[in-house]
Amino acid sequence: MKAKITGNPIVQLVDVHKSYGPHHILKGVNLDIMEGKTTVIVGGSGQGKSQVLKHVLGLTQPDRGKVLVNGQDINRIKKKDLKKIRTEFGVLFQNSALFDSMNVFDNVALPLRERTSHSEKEIRELVEEKLAMMDVSGSNDKFPAQISGGMKKRVGLARALVLNPKIVFFDEPTTGLDVKKSNEIYRVFYKTQTQLGYTAVIVSHDVPKIFKLADYVALLNNGIVQDCLTPEEFQLSNDPIIKQYVETAMGPLYSSEMEDEL
Amino acid sequence: MNAIENFGARTLDYVNEAGRMGLFLINTIINVFKPPYKIYPIIKQIHVIGSLSIFVIIFTGAFTGMVMSLQMYHTLSKYGSVSVLGSAVALSLIKELGPVLAALMVTGRAGSAMCAEIGVMRISEQIDALDCMAIDPHKYIVAPKFIAALISMPLLTALFDVVGIFGGYMVGVGLLGANEGSYFASMQADVEFSDIYMGVVKSLCFGLIIVTICSSKGYYVHLTKGGGFGAEGVSSVTTSAVVLSSVCILVFDYFITSVLL
Repeated sequence: MKAKITGNPIVQLVDVHKSYGPHHILKGVNLDIMEGKTTVIVGGSGQGKSQVLKHVLGLTQPDRGKVLVNGQDINRIKKKDLKKIRTEFGVLFQNSALFDSMNVFDNVALPLRERTSHSEKEIRELVEEKLAMMDVSGSNDKFPAQISGGMKKRVGLARALVLNPKIVFFDEPTTGLDVKKSNEIYRVFYKTQTQLGYTAVIVSHDVPKIFKLADYVALLNNGIVQDCLTPEEFQLSNDPIIKQYVETAMGPLYSSEMEDEL
Repeated sequence: MNAIENFGARTLDYVNEAGRMGLFLINTIINVFKPPYKIYPIIKQIHVIGSLSIFVIIFTGAFTGMVMSLQMYHTLSKYGSVSVLGSAVALSLIKELGPVLAALMVTGRAGSAMCAEIGVMRISEQIDALDCMAIDPHKYIVAPKFIAALISMPLLTALFDVVGIFGGYMVGVGLLGANEGSYFASMQADVEFSDIYMGVVKSLCFGLIIVTICSSKGYYVHLTKGGGFGAEGVSSVTTSAVVLSSVCILVFDYFITSVLL
């Protein structure tokens, strides 16, 4: 089913299929990511949410279908053009993917050192600015192993945002965090998106909390995007699969089942 | 039929892996020549591959030279040729044992670490993170190791040779009583530039083999059949990288020798 959303799509997945051996993970994913908006991809475990993200990032190639970024099929362009497109990306990985051998400062400074010709003084200023934005100033010399999971996420986000990307991808940004730290991550996300105005794509399980941040919610079910709607439309949808997902994720069904069992 | 299918599938896996390694090597060589050129990462890798291997090279080199001298002294004394002990020890070390044993030591010490480091980077999504930051992992991670190995290996081999010759001198002259003058004179007379050249070529080739196999095994840990992700996957590819590198060093040693002799 083609997602029913309006606006200017910056990323488009068109009939994307992917199999690993006998497992058909993506069975024709169609999804438009709108510029300047926050699109949240939800779905049960093993439905292919992270796979969709990997396809958009160009880390995995589809068996069939297209992944368009700014109208360009990223699987049919030259490596250097893909590299150019990736300069517009920022990614917060599920486990933050910080470099163990580098301290916090060097982790955030890495994209600046490798991709810009800024002086060390300018790099220091930019890194300090981003770390302050994430409320992790004062931890510059610590290594990833010495900081908490929540701090790792914030440092990872600082690294993702240090070059002011146009699109930022979040792969399960609150996995492994307690409620307080999850809220901190969402607060930082809201603050930075308001300030920097980037397009956000969030893969998350964190329903219904994530609905408050989303402009659009896409449900991935059984290898296809069931639908992509605004959070309000999504919660009121009559589609039986979406309805079941909402009820399960938001409570009533879960509660009644629990009551029956008890 | 199943046995044939399994054999075919395994053969295809090996061909796939060999192809991946070949492409990995080509990609790495291309990235070595691509700007920007940064010296610090190379120096850091020279420290990791070269400097940190010095102790093990000195230790193994000394004992290799000592045992060579011991063995050869007794063999040569049967034919009254103890005067060529220095030349026999030096030629064995320079042409054969130095490059091969130094490479095997570096494989065990630095190659395994290289494979595990890159493997962990792969499973913890650090390599994906580099890709997404538009930083080429081949340029950033592998190229400095490649250059460092090509610089370090000949130097470590030379160190192995020198220490081995000295170890041979200690045993042959100091312990067994061979003539000091003839030990060095025979070496000076018999060792030619072509012998040194062979040692250098071998050490360069072995350096290339170590980096290519160990780095690519770690880099493609997620594609390894039966390996997969996780600590077990990294440990299994590290073991296979060390084994494969060691076997390739010995196999290529024969072919390089047969070409250069």
